[in-house]
Amino acid sequence: MLRTVTRMLATGAVALALGTGAATAAPESKDPIKITLNDWTGELISAHLIGGILQKAGYNVEYAPADMLAQFTGVGSGDLHVVIEVWATTAGEAMDAAVATGKVENLGPSGLEAREDWWYPEYMKEKCPGLPDWKALKDCAEAFSTPETAPKGRYLSGPVTWGGWDEERVQALDLPFEVVRAGTDAAMFAELKSAYERKAPILLWIYVPHWAPIKYKGEFVEFPKYTKECYDDPAWGINKDAKYDCAKPTGPIYKAAWAGMKDKWPGAYAILKDYKMDNATIGALAARVDIDGEKVEDVAADWIAKNDATWKSWGKK
Amino acid sequence: MSLAEARPASPAVFSRIAPGRLMWIAVLIATIVLVMLPANALPAWAWKYPLAWQVPFGSWISAFMKWLMESASFGFFTVHDFTRAIAWTLDLPLQFAKSVFATGFIQGQGSDAVVILPAIPWFAMIVLSVAAGYAVGGLALGLQMGFGLAYLAVFGQWDSAMVTLASVLVASLFGAAGGLLVGLACVRWRWLERIVSPLLDVAQTMPVFAYLLPMLILFGFGPVSAMVATVIYALPPMVRVTIVAIRAVPEEIRSLGLMTGCTRRQITWKMLVPSALPALMVGVNQVIMLSLNVVIIASMIGAGGLGWDVLTALRSLNIGKGLEAGLAITVLAVLLDRFAQALAVRSGAAVQGQSTGRRNILIGGLGLGLALWAAAAISQPLAVYPEAWKLSTGAFFSDIVSWINVNFFSTLEAIRTGVLLNVLIPVKRFMLALPWPWVVAVIALAGYRLGGWRLALTVGLMALFPVVVGLWPTTMITVYLTVVSVVLSALIGIPIGIASAQRPKLWRVVEAVVDTLQTLPSFVYLIPIVMLFRVGDFTALIAIVLYAVAPAIRYTAHGVARVSPHLVEAGAMNGCTRGQILKRIRLPLALPEILLGVNQTIMLALSMLVITALVGTRDLGQETYSALAKADVGRGLVAGLCVAFIGMVADRLISAAAGRMRARMGVEA
Repeated sequence: MLRTVTRMLATGAVALALGTGAATAAPESKDPIKITLNDWTGELISAHLIGGILQKAGYNVEYAPADMLAQFTGVGSGDLHVVIEVWATTAGEAMDAAVATGKVENLGPSGLEAREDWWYPEYMKEKCPGLPDWKALKDCAEAFSTPETAPKGRYLSGPVTWGGWDEERVQALDLPFEVVRAGTDAAMFAELKSAYERKAPILLWIYVPHWAPIKYKGEFVEFPKYTKECYDDPAWGINKDAKYDCAKPTGPIYKAAWAGMKDKWPGAYAILKDYKMDNATIGALAARVDIDGEKVEDVAADWIAKNDATWKSWGKK
Repeated sequence: MSLAEARPASPAVFSRIAPGRLMWIAVLIATIVLVMLPANALPAWAWKYPLAWQVPFGSWISAFMKWLMESASFGFFTVHDFTRAIAWTLDLPLQFAKSVFATGFIQGQGSDAVVILPAIPWFAMIVLSVAAGYAVGGLALGLQMGFGLAYLAVFGQWDSAMVTLASVLVASLFGAAGGLLVGLACVRWRWLERIVSPLLDVAQTMPVFAYLLPMLILFGFGPVSAMVATVIYALPPMVRVTIVAIRAVPEEIRSLGLMTGCTRRQITWKMLVPSALPALMVGVNQVIMLSLNVVIIASMIGAGGLGWDVLTALRSLNIGKGLEAGLAITVLAVLLDRFAQALAVRSGAAVQGQSTGRRNILIGGLGLGLALWAAAAISQPLAVYPEAWKLSTGAFFSDIVSWINVNFFSTLEAIRTGVLLNVLIPVKRFMLALPWPWVVAVIALAGYRLGGWRLALTVGLMALFPVVVGLWPTTMITVYLTVVSVVLSALIGIPIGIASAQRPKLWRVVEAVVDTLQTLPSFVYLIPIVMLFRVGDFTALIAIVLYAVAPAIRYTAHGVARVSPHLVEAGAMNGCTRGQILKRIRLPLALPEILLGVNQTIMLALSMLVITALVGTRDLGQETYSALAKADVGRGLVAGLCVAFIGMVADRLISAAAGRMRARMGVEA
């Protein structure tokens, strides 16, 4: 289905480009630029935004579904070309490794800011009135406990591959919590959905921009603010002997591309470099898809149609 | 009468093997004592294998892979060029199939694409399939094909289903043809079989995640890599079936060929292969099923199609949509399976004088289908299934899960906590407390008792491998999860198998359920299970059991039903009750078969480990998954080999035990 829609969109875009007398100069190469599709809505929208814009500039675009981490192997070998959302917080390590090989290029922040931290649904405030201050967790661990963790509370952390230093954070801040790792983020949000339906206690790792905090009301726990020293220097912060006694870093979401791109498609490369979004835009578009049930392609095309002024200046300097 | 004589004989058998039993009791006691020992009773290396003794196979493999792709060369061209050329060649049939079924023939790329000939439209596909189904398997099959495909169209799965169909068809074709050739070669040259056989074992038990990464590096990111991984996974049964089927061709046929002066090639292709065809089709069937099994994983590296839809739907917790896409995979599997089976039956019966009526319908159907295709090519909008005709039951299923969640969670939670605290955690502690030299020794001892020195050496070395690479604790967590889920699967599956073996009506229901469980991607039920049971080992346990219970049921039912009717009759004449016949005749005689079922259950449980890594287990599956995430080829392959070796140790020991049991009972296999 995705394919027909992309195809239809593609033909539509061609017609448009011809109709307006080819808005930009002819592309350097008619080979398709392959943009990866990962499996979360925000990324799908971002991918279709940049894809749509590149098409308007006359480039050929193809979308390739790919796993968030496995994709870097493909980008390095030139089989894939553009990764539009690389979260410094979760995929940063994989990207840095790929960039180190010299075959992948980090094109800088996309303007989106990832925030990830401990999060709880709104109704938990009744059971633990001191929230969102993190110190409240010390006294109401029981409210977050399950039979096998009691009397400790249960905190659902992300997949092992995400890292995140949660075990260390619990130690450093002396929180009476047990860290349980979810294997995938789908499993993590399945637990949230389950708990939210029952108004049951849950405390988990959530990241934004994401549809979950739009659909489910709740807020982040406020830990001592992250600084670089907190992660590097044990003496910093409340616990003088331990690192990680603070919140998680907020991280930019980067754009990455195959290193050969700037020679093969210099124009597209320049557009990609200038591409900028913000959390509110992507969040609102994602909500239209996940909550109102609109199609990713339509939502992206709609934004492109309404925001000429913004994206037309990209890549022109 | 024979039965009455047979019974007194059994104590004699018992006393003959008694020393062996005594030894196992001693081993058991020693094991318990070892687990109870305080931590400092044994030297530290017995529990924790020292880092300095580890062999860094992982980094060697990674370094080799890097060298292979970056520096290795054949002189005129590099290995990299060579593998990419293979990938390009393999891509041709794949592209062709995709053009026919899904995308249409397109000139130009990306936005310049101009459709020359559209993909076969849904109505033409239905007409063609119904005609083909009718021609091969009669009216019933024709209707099945029609309804199955209509389901895909009505529930909005058509486009993705056709992408999946195209890649599965091509992968199955390569798998079946490749398997046949390798199998024939193995029959011809015995030494080759000796080399290939262990490789097949590894390919069957190694988690797909483990060799996904090397595929990506060798063949590039995209559908071709996904296809090669699929073929590796689906090929082994075809090779095995070919070897058995060709060897089983009666000697007379071979002699006839020799007498009439056929060349070797003629004997193989004109006599052996055709006479073994019905059996070979069983292998083809397995290839198709296994190819559909990896649809989800293949979609993670660019195969797209239904697998991707399932992943995306579940990522946004759209359970109903995920289920619909998952069921579409099951529908494809059932249709392909039924069609292949009907083909096998027909080729077996070799009906030459087919009724002209049937042939006319086939020709008519083909003609109509092609005409419709041509019509769609002229007026392209017609070919798209109208949005307004689409149905979705998605919301319904999502609501059911939510309803169970809201109303029954506390009951489910109580069950989960009970099992976790009383079974899972104690078993896990026990396994982790075992010192590795003891475990390796006991496995080698079992090998010696069941199959002599050779077997002892083989299984002993395999058990030593995880120790040497430093993955012992992770491996023991894997063994613990596998053991608990296999025991549970056996406890559920064997009684169901026994109950349904003699009741054809019940069997039909059970078979349908088992088929669905095996072809429905486990990811589909994994997410609802997480909602009801949270992440963790219990959820993993349920997912594994749901998938791995199938062979326990199938083999038991088959084994019990297969017991010679003469023996059953003899029992009945001696005045045995039904219960006695079951307990004293059917079950003991079916035991070797049941054991093989358990063996298969272990294999399937191991293959599910990768999936359970997705719900937070910390086993070897997680290790391969993390290795994929970190792009560490060596680490993934080493962890994959550990899983493969667990499977092979279990397989070798159980096969040896089943063989001995058969020999002792005098039942010919």
